[in-house]
Amino acid sequence: METRLRATLPDHELLRLYEQMVMSREFEESCAEQYTKGHITGFLHLYSGQEAVAVGATAGLHVDDYILSAYREHAQAIVRGADPRRVMAELFGKATGICKGKGGSMHLFDPNLNFMGGYAIVGGQLPIAVGLAFSAKYRREDRLAACFFGDGAVNQGTFHESLNWARLWELPVLFICENNFYGIGTEVHRSSALASIHKRTCGYDIPSEKVDGMDVIAVYRAVKHAAERVRETSLPYFIEATTYRFRGHSMADPAKYRSAAEHEVWKARDPIPALAKRLIEEEITDAGHLEGILGNCRTVVQEAVKFAEESPWPEDEEVYNDIYV
Amino acid sequence: MARINMVQALNMALGSEMKRDDRVVILGEDVGRDGGVFRVTEGFQEQFGSERVIDTPISESAIVGMAIGMAAYGLLPVAEIQFLGFSYAAFDQLFVHAARLRSRSRSRYNCPMVVRTPYGGGIKAPELHEESSEAFFCHMPGIKVVVPSGPYTAKGLLLAAIRDPDPVLFLEPTRLYRLIKEEVPDGEYTIPLGKARVVREGGDLTVIAWGSMLERVMKAVERYNAEVIDLLTLNPFDAVAVLASVKKTGRVVIVHEAPRTCGFGAEIAATVAEQGIMDLRAPILRVTAPDVPVPLSKLFDYYIPSIEQITAAIDEVLRY
Ligand SMILES: Cc1ncc(C[n+]2csc(CCOP(=O)(O)OP(=O)(O)O)c2C)c(N)n1
Ligand SMILES: [Mg+2]
Repeated sequence: METRLRATLPDHELLRLYEQMVMSREFEESCAEQYTKGHITGFLHLYSGQEAVAVGATAGLHVDDYILSAYREHAQAIVRGADPRRVMAELFGKATGICKGKGGSMHLFDPNLNFMGGYAIVGGQLPIAVGLAFSAKYRREDRLAACFFGDGAVNQGTFHESLNWARLWELPVLFICENNFYGIGTEVHRSSALASIHKRTCGYDIPSEKVDGMDVIAVYRAVKHAAERVRETSLPYFIEATTYRFRGHSMADPAKYRSAAEHEVWKARDPIPALAKRLIEEEITDAGHLEGILGNCRTVVQEAVKFAEESPWPEDEEVYNDIYV
Repeated sequence: MARINMVQALNMALGSEMKRDDRVVILGEDVGRDGGVFRVTEGFQEQFGSERVIDTPISESAIVGMAIGMAAYGLLPVAEIQFLGFSYAAFDQLFVHAARLRSRSRSRYNCPMVVRTPYGGGIKAPELHEESSEAFFCHMPGIKVVVPSGPYTAKGLLLAAIRDPDPVLFLEPTRLYRLIKEEVPDGEYTIPLGKARVVREGGDLTVIAWGSMLERVMKAVERYNAEVIDLLTLNPFDAVAVLASVKKTGRVVIVHEAPRTCGFGAEIAATVAEQGIMDLRAPILRVTAPDVPVPLSKLFDYYIPSIEQITAAIDEVLRY
């Protein structure tokens, strides 16, 4: 297989992938700081380390494909095109937030981007994705539903019910399991009888593959190819992207269950410097330009924080809105 | 006797019961190696082994269903669901099977299990992590619903729940886990299920609450001659204690952090209306959350019943 970057995407797109990963990382690290300061409350699950999955996958989809995810979804929303300022304001609980500041970190929605939610219930989003795919097919639209979930979700009933149904009714769903090897403190092999997650789809006759989720190009290629296949065949497909979260499960989790050595191994595979190295080696850009990208992302994130800080709180009466028509 | 918080009291109760009776088994997500989200089961897996302190997959339905099977065949499972808002996938096993095993088998089987779960507001997250949906479970004949209001009641009620021959949903108010410390005896004691306690005597009105609202009610009633009842068990609730107090005071305010419509306050009010109406001197008032999902951070302060709302309701009933 041709492995040079330029064989996959034009330069400006490669740089966009880089920028999106940096933006995600900067956003998340800034969230950590705002949480420590008490500006963000509740549970905060950060995506640092897993950027290549959201960025590569989103690039491989069409803009009118639906995307659904779990609660570790800020980056997914932003990469899809959500305004970082409004995402940050949502995490702060401010009225200018993407969901009026009422839902916070785990329940981001943006219909303009076909971003159909963050879901706080492990496995909750899977049947909904299948339903969206059913509608798309029923309406004779060329859209699929891409559904992200973690390794922990595969033991929920909804996972099995959804896979079966998607295959039985031949629905355009792309299942993307982000296997970061832990559901909170429980390693995959302590929770799943068959720890090689992509193999579990054989019971539903859904083709699947495993991809290196620390390599944004590999994820992009796999998802693009899979999405084409789903579109052509109107059959579901399953990707397991192996990855690692660099932080605890949430900001409340010191992650004592992981060894420093294991952490180091994965840190060394950080998808951002890995792509930077290749961009430079293949003379697509230079270090100075990449520094510039980092600087720009930092500015955007700083502005997002400022916007969130300066935004008003929602009015009390706001709680009564959006319950019924 | 030591001054401890509710997490420590629960840990103490579970630990002593695990030691006393090897039929007791704990299961739940991250209860073992990690010691549970709120560290209630900290250290138990090391102490009792991974066959008795079981880290489960994220499979709430199977956690509760497994516990039913274990309970039916000689064990005393204590299952943990990480938040009440995550229990809904297990609703089926709880309502359809746990609650009915005794009745369905005409008492030839029973189901001595406990499902422990944090519930209610207190950690400034929205929706599912803060939910106070106790009333759903009170509508399940066959399930007992128990809510401690501090470290002392937590220990005594949990021991009683584990020893109870029927399924118990044990709701631990999240806000109280580390909020208050109380003197808790080192040794064993149980607090009977189905019995309320009068935590403050008074003659002018009766305020009824449970869980985390009790602490707020106690602050609100400081300058009133109010009797305060801590329900402790919601189902079956202690109507005798409630009616006796109403007979004395003639006025009732019910406080809960759950939404108003079909909240458990409605059941109490209906019971008082049916059986104690002749003792009433004022309408029964409820102070509750509005009928909306739990919102995030700032709006939560508006959502949750405040001391001002409680005193306003008290003033209102006292006007009659
Ligand atoms: C139904 C349900 N049960 C439990 C939880 C608590 N919980 C939140 S995240 C999580 C672990 C999920 O792990 P995984 O699916 O691997 O996703 P990751 O956090 O690794 O991204 C658990 C148990 C929940 N949110 N929903
Ligand atoms: Mg995981």
